[in-house]
Amino acid sequence: MDKLAVSMAAFVSGPWPWYVAGPVIGLFVPALLIVGDKLFGVSSSLRHMCSAVFPAKLDYFRYDWKRTGLWNLFFVAGILVGGFLASHWGNPPNIAISEPTRLALTKLGIHDFSGLAPRQIFAWSALLTLKGFVSVVVGGFLVGFGTAYAGGCTSGHAISGLADLQLPSLIAVLGFFAGGLIATFFILPLLF
Amino acid sequence: MATELTTHQQAPDQARGHARIALLAYFLLGICFGITLTKSEVLSWFRIQEMFRFQSPRMYEIIASAVLVAAASAAFIKKIGLKTISGVPITIPPKTLGHGVRYAVGGTIFGLGWALTGACPGPLFALAGNGVTVIIVAIASALAGTWTYGWLRPKLPH
Repeated sequence: MDKLAVSMAAFVSGPWPWYVAGPVIGLFVPALLIVGDKLFGVSSSLRHMCSAVFPAKLDYFRYDWKRTGLWNLFFVAGILVGGFLASHWGNPPNIAISEPTRLALTKLGIHDFSGLAPRQIFAWSALLTLKGFVSVVVGGFLVGFGTAYAGGCTSGHAISGLADLQLPSLIAVLGFFAGGLIATFFILPLLF
Repeated sequence: MATELTTHQQAPDQARGHARIALLAYFLLGICFGITLTKSEVLSWFRIQEMFRFQSPRMYEIIASAVLVAAASAAFIKKIGLKTISGVPITIPPKTLGHGVRYAVGGTIFGLGWALTGACPGPLFALAGNGVTVIIVAIASALAGTWTYGWLRPKLPH
């Protein structure tokens, strides 16, 4: 009983070990299928929001977003609330990254490792610095453009698509990593 | 005749009720997903850097086990022909490959953004909920990116 209490406390305070985190993420695929035959994915919410707010007569945004996308907007609103709730219990986030990563990032000039993202870059006061602008504004734009072009993001392609053995998703995921490696090893050293 | 009339009236009401309950279910599942993204730390810029630098197996173990669990449950659902809670057959539509350009090029552009921002779309919303408020700008920027794709779409190779 004490053991159970200890593991429950660890579950609530986090962080979860990979063998809890991964399978829990995977379970969202059957959960959404069973609730309403929905394919697990987040990025289509961006398209639905564009369609709802500023379709501008573009074909890509001319469809019944309420019928096809309302579920996804509710799901995404939930993600926001879930993040808020999780941030209010357990230990404050202190990501225990590996020593080589800490060393590499220190060389790039990152010294504050508290929080979920480097505070010196992901802050309102840093938004108009080159690092802040490229990380937040340019990065965000590329995420939104790329996911729409590729027809899915990490959830839709890497989880749902790979799980269904879809070749398009495998190509997309290889692209995700190609882009990520280019940014990590060629762009970040220039930027920081 | 009278009973027929009542069933006709009840059917749309029942469907509306189902739809409302389903929306609540998606919202609750979203909350669970937001908690999961936070507690698994996959929403952290630091974890994404660690992944792209191949300095910890953690993210790969998470992604691989998520795909395995998702694949096993999707295969099981297909095999037993499971229906949704409102009785609709579950279908998983295949993606069309076409020339594959959109997946390779779009995927690479997405990957650049993923490493720069340190977050993909799910984590963007979870980070905003976690109080990293400047991420709201990244979300607005992602919306601008998606809109720009919609605008350029007729000219882009797919």
